[in-house]
Amino acid sequence: MSADHLPEHPDFLWRNPDPKKSYDAVIVGGGGHGLATAYFLAKNHGMTNIAILEKGWLAGGNMARNTTIIRSNYLWDESAAIYEHALKLWEILPEELEYDFLFSQRGVMNLAHTLGDVRESVRRVGANRLNGVDAEWLDPQQVKELCPILNISDNIRYPVMGATYQPRAGIAKHDHVAWAFARKCDELGVDIIQNCEVTGFIKDGNRVTGVKTTRGNINTEKVGLCAAGHSSVLAEMAGFRLPIQSHPLQALVSELHEPVHPTVVMSNHVHVYVSQAHKGELVMGAGVDSYNGYGQRGSFHVIEEQMAAAVELFPIFARAHVLRTWGGIVDTTLDASPIVGLSPVENMFVNCGWGTGGFKGTPAAGLTFAHTIATGAPHTLNKPFALERFETGALIDEHGAAAVAH
Amino acid sequence: MLLISCPNCGPRDETEFHYGGQAHVAYPESPNDLTDREWAEYLFYRENTKGTFAERWVHSTGCRQWFNMLRDTVTYEIHSIYGMGQPRPELQASAASAGASKSDPTQPGEFTQSGDFGQASAPGLAPGATAPTATTPISSEGV
Repeated sequence: MSADHLPEHPDFLWRNPDPKKSYDAVIVGGGGHGLATAYFLAKNHGMTNIAILEKGWLAGGNMARNTTIIRSNYLWDESAAIYEHALKLWEILPEELEYDFLFSQRGVMNLAHTLGDVRESVRRVGANRLNGVDAEWLDPQQVKELCPILNISDNIRYPVMGATYQPRAGIAKHDHVAWAFARKCDELGVDIIQNCEVTGFIKDGNRVTGVKTTRGNINTEKVGLCAAGHSSVLAEMAGFRLPIQSHPLQALVSELHEPVHPTVVMSNHVHVYVSQAHKGELVMGAGVDSYNGYGQRGSFHVIEEQMAAAVELFPIFARAHVLRTWGGIVDTTLDASPIVGLSPVENMFVNCGWGTGGFKGTPAAGLTFAHTIATGAPHTLNKPFALERFETGALIDEHGAAAVAH
Repeated sequence: MLLISCPNCGPRDETEFHYGGQAHVAYPESPNDLTDREWAEYLFYRENTKGTFAERWVHSTGCRQWFNMLRDTVTYEIHSIYGMGQPRPELQASAASAGASKSDPTQPGEFTQSGDFGQASAPGLAPGATAPTATTPISSEGV
């Protein structure tokens, strides 16, 4: 078959420019958070002479590897505020970005399997409602009505005792989200530079003035780090530390199936979360591998355990086959909350520590981080998520509080 | 899954162990004198090395003893296993050229009640295991 027979290549969504010598701001990391940050810098703050530096290809890290769950039913006020803001942005972004990235508000259910779970869940529903987050408590029968394939009988070790439900939560097509942001960034004049790894920083005293890369040195007035699992590596280059541990987080998909799963189900106790992608794959994930790792892969027993949990909760999955499994590197903090704000280095800003839940936070991370970079001070929403909280003790402890399935 | 050679029990599946994070983090000598920053460092800041990392593991479903491990956080290759309280071993540039000098624990049996460890060969090996030196990768299994 000769090239004559191939259709025209569709329009490219963004240019691939060579890096300029100098920018007003440089974002390190071309994943969802980096793209969203650049978008809001250009749109809200008029900063268009900026670049996103990506060491690999655009959105090829955790943005390509997450299980796409979007929800805002976090316990604490600070978290509910930023994640709910993110959810509200998710609701308007397809129109704003002029790109239908299939945000499907099919709801997210967080199952309770013990009396402790039930108490925590009912408390969280109350907290969510007080914070303006839609939340309901469902008894097992209501769980079954919403998701008929769920096993609510008492023939499993931890029967379903109920669930919290957030109707406005859901999933989106992660790749399309990245492409939507990338196209808009490009239209606004942002340079998206792929295959450009940051190898060091140029400083004048304690002030960052430039970035060393595999494609030459770039002068810049401001640097924003959006490097997820590699945040510690970059911070070390810049001369400061972050309270982050990088872990592998694995996920898997089955082959394609008829639509059987109408919502998103998460179980913290039996430990699996499952949705069905638009195309038909069952998408599953669970907790991180316990050890520190940068390998983008983990141990198989972690996959095995989440599949066992899934089959227990969804007996219909017993004959489904795994199509593929993969891993990403997540940047975890000890309070399971992100770090978005200033760094000890002048004109350098950090957005990291989103751990296992960064995808849902993408729009709010971008909005608040852009505000922080542009103004040099945090937005109201990310102020509590400052690095200083580890010294002041004002932690936002979402471990076990936020339906976080770590 | 990692195959981890417990110093007391020999090679076992990773599922028998629990991870304990960075090794060699000592409790502050004068806790009352620490600043908030120093407390934060002790409580929340740990190395997050990309490369060879010294970390602790415990054989939870075996001998229940803690030990230290040098492991590569990118390849997940295990370079060395050594006792609690022992200093981090120096890794040779090439494992093949490593001599036996590093394999001899200075305090045999220091971290085991049984006392039979440490006489056979290198730290990190089960008693009687045939064996590479401490600097030779003991296991490098990943998925």
